[in-house]
Amino acid sequence: MDKEQDVVAKMREIFPFPEGSIAVQRARRINAEFREGDFDDLFNRTVSAGEFTMLPAISGLDQGDCFAVIYHLAREDGIVLNLKRIVPKEKAEVRSVTRLFPCAELYERELMDMLGIAVNGLSAGRRYPLPEGWPEGQHPLRKDWNKESLDT
Amino acid sequence: MSPLKDVDIAVGPQHPALKEPASFLVSLRGETITSVNVKVGYNHRGIEKATEDRTYLQNLYLLERICGICSHTHATCYVQAVEELAALEVPRRAQYIRMLVGELERLHSHLLWFGVAAHEIGFDTLFMYSWRDRELVMDLLANITGNRVNYSVNTIGGVRRDISAEQAADILKAMDTLEERIKYYINVATEETTLINRLSGVGVLSREDAASLGAVGPTARASGIPRDVRKDDPYCAYAELDFKVCVSDTCDVFGRTVVRLRELQESCSMIRQMLAALPEGPLTVKAPRKVPAGEAFSRYEAPRGEDVHYVRSNGTEKPDRVKVRAPTLANIQAVSKMLEDRFLADLPIVIAAIDPCFSCTDRMVEVRRRGARSRELMSWEELRRHGIEWYRARGVDMGTLSRKYITR
Repeated sequence: MDKEQDVVAKMREIFPFPEGSIAVQRARRINAEFREGDFDDLFNRTVSAGEFTMLPAISGLDQGDCFAVIYHLAREDGIVLNLKRIVPKEKAEVRSVTRLFPCAELYERELMDMLGIAVNGLSAGRRYPLPEGWPEGQHPLRKDWNKESLDT
Repeated sequence: MSPLKDVDIAVGPQHPALKEPASFLVSLRGETITSVNVKVGYNHRGIEKATEDRTYLQNLYLLERICGICSHTHATCYVQAVEELAALEVPRRAQYIRMLVGELERLHSHLLWFGVAAHEIGFDTLFMYSWRDRELVMDLLANITGNRVNYSVNTIGGVRRDISAEQAADILKAMDTLEERIKYYINVATEETTLINRLSGVGVLSREDAASLGAVGPTARASGIPRDVRKDDPYCAYAELDFKVCVSDTCDVFGRTVVRLRELQESCSMIRQMLAALPEGPLTVKAPRKVPAGEAFSRYEAPRGEDVHYVRSNGTEKPDRVKVRAPTLANIQAVSKMLEDRFLADLPIVIAAIDPCFSCTDRMVEVRRRGARSRELMSWEELRRHGIEWYRARGVDMGTLSRKYITR
């Protein structure tokens, strides 16, 4: 797993990841967790230094005390970096990555609709995936949301 | 004469090119499209949220129902993630059976697409030929899994169905016929001038645009990008098979057609290889009810392109989060680009050319006779016989037509 270790080494040059927050999970899978600092700079540098050409998905999570956004970055040789960014609930916002990956638009709109995480810098457009007229402040993938929430 | 004004027309959510809802707000100048605003999400059913209330095994059946065409895709993509979290080593025979059903699924999906594409351009003879041949695959799937769609072959830790020697022989026999027919379709697609002229230069997506818009599967491969998860990030036992990644540099609907037809050939060849090397051994390993806490990211090359599932477990019997990104979501973003500065008349085939998903799940019909209180169930065989007799009573005998006009 030399290639994976190379990517980890490059990531460590870019950002001082604390011990245990970046690791090779298995062949072609690397997990990294980012808590504090300039994420946009880290993301941009990771993409170019790590030769990541694809962003197959963005996953949003409600981890209870905080949100998390995982950017699943992939390379042509099959290596995937799951770059997790912790997002505090009291300031639930991230910056759009559509400048580097135009394909991220719908993935980011999904974060806005399903978890209520604001995505700054995303161009105006129609919402996804919830319908027009869906009530404000109702974000189904939040752990404290259930269908009864719609009645309140 | 005053110059033409731009006109906005709404195509969809219910519209002629697709059986599933999606909305395309098209701005036109004369007959030329100036811009397209795509809206999807009408089929959002809250499946990701629903997974949080179900066990890992229940979710396997739920997620298999995301799509009526590539059901095995979603089931396999999900189960791979769960098996990684539970540190299960799936027996090799099970891996092969998963791949076998996966390639049969690709065959029926691509043949279905080819028929739809032919229909969109008014070539209905080809549509009927292609769908007739798809039935060979559907019969094989029904034979080996008991279902035409939603095969439920997977379970956590392996597969639920074995392949007998007789079933393997049936599959090989069907491959003989299919390979010959596929060769014929490739000849039609690459030599028939009406088809070439209708599809060439239509729905152009440059290699650069395909890459930046994140296109996947045959849509990306027909724009010269040789990406295929089976090769790049192999799962099951694809690393043991010999196959080509089919690409085209025409960057148009013609290329997407040729890529899919060549992939049919590759799938047939892979199925032969799998049956020749089908390992002996068990079909499953025992799976735990509770899955240790962790995260897994699984990729699968669906007929329409890369499908991804992310699963986060928390040590209980239910997942904390399941995230699905199906290939059409990746490809739909390229459609606006394909339609810009093109004719409105090309819209149906261009949209159809990314092969957006729709369901064909009915195999049993509930009949309520007028005035009668009771209900009757019609089995697949009865429904089939009913169809044949219905046409026969009106003077059309499909069997005779087939023998008369179809080569072999």
